[in-house]
Amino acid sequence: MEHFNHFHFLEYSFPNDMYIYWTLMIVLYPYITGLVAGAFIVSSLYHVFGKEELKPVAKFSLLMAFGFLLFASVPLLNHLGHPERAFNVMITPNFTSAISGFGFIYSTYAILLMLEIWFVFRKDIILYSQKTTGFLKFFYTTLTLGNFNVSDEAMKVDHKVVTILAAIGIPMACMLHGYVGFLFGAVKANPWWSTPLMPVIFLLSAAVSGIAMLILLYIIASKFMKIDIHEECIRSLNKYLWAFLIADVTLEMLEILVLFYESGEEWEVIHYLLANELFYSFIIFQVFICSIIPLIALGIVNILTLSFRVTLFTSLFSSLLLIFQVFLMRWNVVIGGQHFSKSFIGFKEYHPLFFEKEGILATIIIFICPLIVIYILNRLFPNLKDNEEF
Amino acid sequence: MEFEKMNQQSRRDFLKKFIQGSTALSVVLMYPVPSFSTEKDKKKKANTNYVYLVDIGKCIGCGKCVKACRTENNVPADFFRTWVERYLISFQHEVFTDSPKGGEEGFQPKKIKGEVEKGFYVPKLCNHCSNTPCVQVCPVSASYKSPENFILVDKERCIGCGYCVQACPYGSRYISPNSHTADKCTWCYHRITKGLQNACVQACPREARLFGDLNNSKSKVSKVFHRENLMVLKPHLMTNPQTYYKDMAAEVI
Repeated sequence: MEHFNHFHFLEYSFPNDMYIYWTLMIVLYPYITGLVAGAFIVSSLYHVFGKEELKPVAKFSLLMAFGFLLFASVPLLNHLGHPERAFNVMITPNFTSAISGFGFIYSTYAILLMLEIWFVFRKDIILYSQKTTGFLKFFYTTLTLGNFNVSDEAMKVDHKVVTILAAIGIPMACMLHGYVGFLFGAVKANPWWSTPLMPVIFLLSAAVSGIAMLILLYIIASKFMKIDIHEECIRSLNKYLWAFLIADVTLEMLEILVLFYESGEEWEVIHYLLANELFYSFIIFQVFICSIIPLIALGIVNILTLSFRVTLFTSLFSSLLLIFQVFLMRWNVVIGGQHFSKSFIGFKEYHPLFFEKEGILATIIIFICPLIVIYILNRLFPNLKDNEEF
Repeated sequence: MEFEKMNQQSRRDFLKKFIQGSTALSVVLMYPVPSFSTEKDKKKKANTNYVYLVDIGKCIGCGKCVKACRTENNVPADFFRTWVERYLISFQHEVFTDSPKGGEEGFQPKKIKGEVEKGFYVPKLCNHCSNTPCVQVCPVSASYKSPENFILVDKERCIGCGYCVQACPYGSRYISPNSHTADKCTWCYHRITKGLQNACVQACPREARLFGDLNNSKSKVSKVFHRENLMVLKPHLMTNPQTYYKDMAAEVI
């Protein structure tokens, strides 16, 4: 068909292509995993690369990563036709499938993250086990795993272990999320997905969403707990957020530009997509409102030294936009790739319902759950107020 | 001091035991059984080479094949294991394509802009590609290749993730609303293995659909296959389809 461009094809979809098979759940899944990877990167910047200015959020970002990690697989389970068979992915995997890697990467990463959190909070846990009474005492004492050693020597060992775990965690977090990009990037049947850039774009946007979410939660938590926000920390997070955003947006735009310039077979369908189904969600909202505005705003606060109030406001505002930007990016990739039939000349809409199984309400609930868990974790392991240790 | 030393010791011991224990446990719990060692794959490859031939010139778009398929395989409403497309091409190079209800009830006359210069019907079905992306992407090997190289779906194993539906370039797959698993044309594996014909092949009044073993030199397909000009769908994707089309125009998608 591609050789006969003088033909004008009228719209036609294959009859099995009338449905959107990957719904909001598959939008939410890479979004949540992205938040995990992004938050982990921040904690590693402190634990591995010794960025002292990030110390105030180093512990918090680990709890945030863990909270989201707990719910990363929930949208997938809700999406599966047979969730009761989900464990088969790990028991009898087909190694030529990208999905088969998910169980292993996910569980290894979960173990690693739990270990790191335990070592980071070990001293706090021992302290609480002595201070508290009743059930809480039992809870913290159990968590100490019977080890009450807080000598300088032991702390040094802990520190070493944390550094090693955090260092291993960086490639693990990259794999966890690069793998999600691979899921889409390796589908040759779909020109909107099939690009080797996909895992890289997913990774970069993961960092963006993770840092943005961290800034937002850190500011909210600090206001809520009436504690001072560390200026250096916010300024530093702004810098990282801006850097990852620049790389992310550049790659995303380059991908479109290359497709446009090559004007190959794919461009026919992508051109139509961008002009119609994705015009608002991609061009207007993702690119113009949610990418360019924070790109400029963060650029201004990073280049000029403005007052902390202005910086904080810009940071909060940009983070909010970027949290939406990355969600839109996931939407535009996952849903965008299904707006067209495999005939490449037929298109369909997707309007998720509020109450359906994989609808808007389910999405909201699944997204709020990790936030509640992070709140509880933060209550159980207070880390924002006193940062004298680690 | 002494206490601390002991503590240190027990901690090291604990860590050692913890690591040993968890390693042992995870080996036992997570030792993956690679799916390529399952029973069905251990069977020898059959000495057959089945292909499906579609003669576009012969198809009259009656839709009997689609109906026969639905009856034979209990295909859920609004989904199709096979369907028929109609192409109408005008003098102004405008290509009109449709497949109302998969062509199941035939086609009503259609007016398009300008005179119809060329018109034909194209039956579609799973291509049973020998280098198929759907089997490649299935995380639990629920999509697999039979010994006779039929691409099949094991309903009992499929987790319904839909990855194969996304990976198929031909729109041959769907998630069945009844079983919540992936479903598609099986080339009537259950009939072929009993020596019967595919439901669609049997229902076709014009012999537009042919199915058979290329290794059998006396079979009709082997004669057609070697003498006629055949084409496959989307050859540039290198999926190596085993459903071939005779007299296929360039407009066919």
